[in-house]
Amino acid sequence: MDYLNTHLLSLILFAPAVAALIMFFLPDDAKLQRWFAFAASLIPFVLTIVLWNRFDPNATGFQFEEKYTWYEAINSSFHIGVDGISFSMVLLTTLLTPLAILASFSVTDKVKPYMMLFLFLETGMLGVFLALDLLIFFVFWEIGLVPMYFLINQWGSANRNYASLKFMIYTMGGSLGLLLAVQMLGVLFGTFDLLALYQNWNSLNPGDILLGMSVSTVKSIAFWAFAIAFAVKVPIWPFHTWLPDAHTEAPTAGSMILAGVLLKLGAYGFIRLVLPLYPVEAKIFAGALAFLAVAAIVFGAFGSFGQTDFKRLVAYSSVNHMGFVVLGIAAAGLAAGTADAHIAMSGAVLQMFNHGLSAAGMFFLVGVIYERTHTRNLDEFGGLFPLVPVYGGILIFTSMASLGLPGLNGFVSEFMIVRGSYQPLTIYTAISMLGLLFTGAYILKGIKKVLHGPMNEHWAHGEHKLTEINLREILVMVPLMALMLFTGLWPRWILEIINKAVTALF
Amino acid sequence: MTTELLIWLIPLPPVLAFFLIVLFTNKSRAASHTVAVGAAFLSWLGAMIVFVRALGVEHLAEHPFASAIDWLPTGDTFLQIGVLIDPLSAITLFFVAWCVLMIFIYSVGYHNFGQPEGDHDHAGLPPHGATVHGHAVPSVEPMYSRFFAFIGLFAFGMLTLVVSDNVLTMFVGWEIMGLCSYLLIGFWYGKESARNAAIKAFMTTRIGDVFMLLGIAFLYSVTGSLSFEKIFSEEVLHALASVPTGVFGLSAAGLIGLLLFIGTIGKSAQFPLHVWLPDAMEGPTPVSAMIHAATMVSAGVYAVIRMFPIISLDEKTMTIVAFIGAFTAIFAATIAVAQNDIKRVLAYSTISQLGFMIAALGIGAYVAATFHLVTHAFFKALLFLGSGSVIHGMEHGVLHTGNHKVDPQDMFNMGGLKDKMPKTFWTFLIGGFALSGFPLVTAGFWSKDEILADAWAHGHTIVFFTLAIAAFLTAFYTMRQITLTFFGEPRTEEAKHAHETPWTMTTPLIVLSVFAVGFGWVGMPHWITGGLVENWFHHFVGSMLHEHSEELAFNLVPLATSLIVALGGLAAGYFTYRNVQSPAEDKLQIPVLKNKWYVDELYNVVFIKPAVWFSEVFVSQWMDKGLIDGILHLFGPATGGVGSGIRNYFDLPVINRFFGDGSADVTWWFGKNLRPIQTGRIQQYLLLTLIVLFVVGGLLYFLLMA
Repeated sequence: MDYLNTHLLSLILFAPAVAALIMFFLPDDAKLQRWFAFAASLIPFVLTIVLWNRFDPNATGFQFEEKYTWYEAINSSFHIGVDGISFSMVLLTTLLTPLAILASFSVTDKVKPYMMLFLFLETGMLGVFLALDLLIFFVFWEIGLVPMYFLINQWGSANRNYASLKFMIYTMGGSLGLLLAVQMLGVLFGTFDLLALYQNWNSLNPGDILLGMSVSTVKSIAFWAFAIAFAVKVPIWPFHTWLPDAHTEAPTAGSMILAGVLLKLGAYGFIRLVLPLYPVEAKIFAGALAFLAVAAIVFGAFGSFGQTDFKRLVAYSSVNHMGFVVLGIAAAGLAAGTADAHIAMSGAVLQMFNHGLSAAGMFFLVGVIYERTHTRNLDEFGGLFPLVPVYGGILIFTSMASLGLPGLNGFVSEFMIVRGSYQPLTIYTAISMLGLLFTGAYILKGIKKVLHGPMNEHWAHGEHKLTEINLREILVMVPLMALMLFTGLWPRWILEIINKAVTALF
Repeated sequence: MTTELLIWLIPLPPVLAFFLIVLFTNKSRAASHTVAVGAAFLSWLGAMIVFVRALGVEHLAEHPFASAIDWLPTGDTFLQIGVLIDPLSAITLFFVAWCVLMIFIYSVGYHNFGQPEGDHDHAGLPPHGATVHGHAVPSVEPMYSRFFAFIGLFAFGMLTLVVSDNVLTMFVGWEIMGLCSYLLIGFWYGKESARNAAIKAFMTTRIGDVFMLLGIAFLYSVTGSLSFEKIFSEEVLHALASVPTGVFGLSAAGLIGLLLFIGTIGKSAQFPLHVWLPDAMEGPTPVSAMIHAATMVSAGVYAVIRMFPIISLDEKTMTIVAFIGAFTAIFAATIAVAQNDIKRVLAYSTISQLGFMIAALGIGAYVAATFHLVTHAFFKALLFLGSGSVIHGMEHGVLHTGNHKVDPQDMFNMGGLKDKMPKTFWTFLIGGFALSGFPLVTAGFWSKDEILADAWAHGHTIVFFTLAIAAFLTAFYTMRQITLTFFGEPRTEEAKHAHETPWTMTTPLIVLSVFAVGFGWVGMPHWITGGLVENWFHHFVGSMLHEHSEELAFNLVPLATSLIVALGGLAAGYFTYRNVQSPAEDKLQIPVLKNKWYVDELYNVVFIKPAVWFSEVFVSQWMDKGLIDGILHLFGPATGGVGSGIRNYFDLPVINRFFGDGSADVTWWFGKNLRPIQTGRIQQYLLLTLIVLFVVGGLLYFLLMA
């Protein structure tokens, strides 16, 4: 038991990677490979439940810390740990990965590498959430890109080369500045340990000269180096155009993880690194950040409404929803230390979790219908409700969660963000309401264009006959829907943990 | 069971019914409606017990039933949610529970339970009828179970809103109703018109909702709480009234009030967000009764009544409220006179009557507004259900003749239904008279009279006259409707074969008509009862206000006005339309009224088309694909350009030519030019050695000697 306690995070982190390696030696039997990957991805999930059980929500700071010598020469150690914020993200990741793998059971092409990439991807994402060392953070940050690149590039749809390249180059380009800034911090303080850096970096005298510039100038530059890397990933307007392409071209499960978890890495970077490392700059530049966030909210909603491709419509909705996360972060940076900041930040973290559920669900549902019809063109749908009533019901439910209907999860987090941002960022919050209004417009457009209308004869008979969502697909949706409903009714189950961590940190 | 626990339980049965039907009983019609009606009955029962217990409490306003729990952790504290029954929510709960139960029962008949399945019916379209032994008979609704699931969820939303002790759960109920109204208006989603109406309803009300959300966020930021008890306490109200906001010179209270009121403008279909409500008639008629009478639109007015302590703090906001209400009352009434669809007349009349309530609140007539809210819910639910019954009867006629071109909702296709559908006729007449404010016996008279009396007594002359004219129009179009529908001779073959509807539909009509008359008696003023019976309603609901409003003294002007406009309107309506046979003979079919003052057309040009263009062209094409991606795509060629530049102007000439090839060339040149001296003759080599020796020796000599 003791071993489990001291190595729990390593186990969660590396179980998928080890499973992927074992998978390499599995015989060439697609069915076996699928079930193996699914079973393997359940291990981190079960361990996360164990973690949750042993997690002390009242303790401040990180728990289950592990620290190993890693790169002694530059004093970077393998340091991982978890607090309320990262816990919620770990839970999201370990929950979504098995569902994504279950959703991928219909993949028949090159099953083994596909599943292996998914498992590697999980380790990459978990590493970012758990890292307490800047270099480790950066390593995992980049590792996550590779499997996703290949997933889009090999299993994607028609325009996959363009999309995968854009995704890869854009994210890497964005993180160049991050790498430089990380190096600078490492050189300055002789350590990459996050907890030490929180202390040292903030204790610098702003008037001092550093690298030939004043500390505040250096910090401003480094702030934007960090911020842009994460802004591309979130993505914030105007860095968002890789997202509709990547999401649309990725295979269904890829989109689920991309929207469900990968976007959260960017927002998590803001919360874990930018705000604690740059509290002063976060205050100064809060207005700029809020402006970009609101632009994402508003243009994301309009962009979504303007699409004719079902998947692109859902993809743009991510820009819209993640904009709220960044708005909450900006407000928390501006009003640090106040109740407004705590509410906005808790809302932002909860919104990350909620968007993970609803976006993954929406992409999966798009995939369900794409798999059957081989089209995503909204104009070819319409009137599918009488043909697939169960699917229709699930789609409406998930759409409503995405829309932020009170009673479901999205509302709670959006309400908290709006409440927290109102006082510090009144005008921006008011403008974001326009985005919230159009959230309704694009969601309803999606439902209207897919489900409503007189029964669609084209998909009703013969070889085109649309079949109802099957049991496996329903099983993918059930956990998501249950959590959407439960979080909407009783958000305390996760918000309490988040709130404790946020109150202690900001 | 404690009353508090019971209050928590009241909203639950309908939502459980929703889940039960969706997950389990959706294949069985009988099971589904049993579950739904049973749930409505349980909620009704709970509501009645709570209501009776509430009546037994002295000073209920000061000592309401209340209970709350920690819901949302916010930093070091919690946002609490809970339930509250005070006089206002008690009276609202009373009418909501009754209307909901009646509408649930009515729906069983309305959707043709017990009839065979249709010959060509599809999910998504209204039933078209079936053939049994060669006779056309009505067929059962294809999505029968789904309907009951939706109205169950709807009832849950309304009951949640009513029992809430805070703004947040009130908003939750409010939005759930918004969803259900969308689902129910678009119930027959196969019809293009229903589909569009559903989206229109959702989006239009959502405009109000986002303002309301902003108002809630503001309120919460300023006061740190959302529970009514805290935000309506003296010190909080005082603080809200004294904080300026810098927006239109409003105080915090004024701005919060205004933002919340915009929510009501959407939900209660006030001008300029009224456009969704008439289109919402696309839904099945029980839905119209539910959304447009008993619940959702009432919720908007209820919210204003609930937030009245804050809204009334700022004169400017109150003026806006009064203006919007009064304008809507007369504006919608003018449109109602030119409509031929039996349900659309009622829709506009609803907008207009809600305007009465809003205007009443704007002039501070709190009790009068509440009274009219309750009476209106009863008689408007009655009228909608009655019109549904009429349509049902007409559909019977249509099935009989087989002429599906005849619109069973067009009043000019009716006439003489008085004898065919007596129960519907008498109950509709009662409802119509209540709406018109027929003196003394109907509830509508007392509530409307109280609004007018209040307006007059407090010197709001403009509001008074506007509402008086609107009241006249109300009586007029109501009588027009009754005359065209029930009086005279049948104008079509279909009307001749119209048929009274089954007991499941007529029983709710009878029950509601009892309230449409009787509920007025609980709020009769002193002058009529001579003080024998106290004005119970005024006493009960008026206790909600911190400073008790005194009952008004008797004044002849508003009373006379009420009498004249009601009776005059009814008479004018009857005599104008007694002999009208077709729309051509109707002098009030003025295009501008018929086309609803062209508001829809205006919105289409000013808002909808630009928004679509902005989304599809500006954002998606120009900004994202053109500008942003354009810049990104420059990176490709730019990087390529830099790369090939380096290759062509540095790598190739400098590295390759100069260093790489250059060093080879030099070596080669030396080799080539030194080749001639490699002759292989020993004499030449020795000679060359000798020459070099001399030269080197000579050089050394001179250099060293010098």
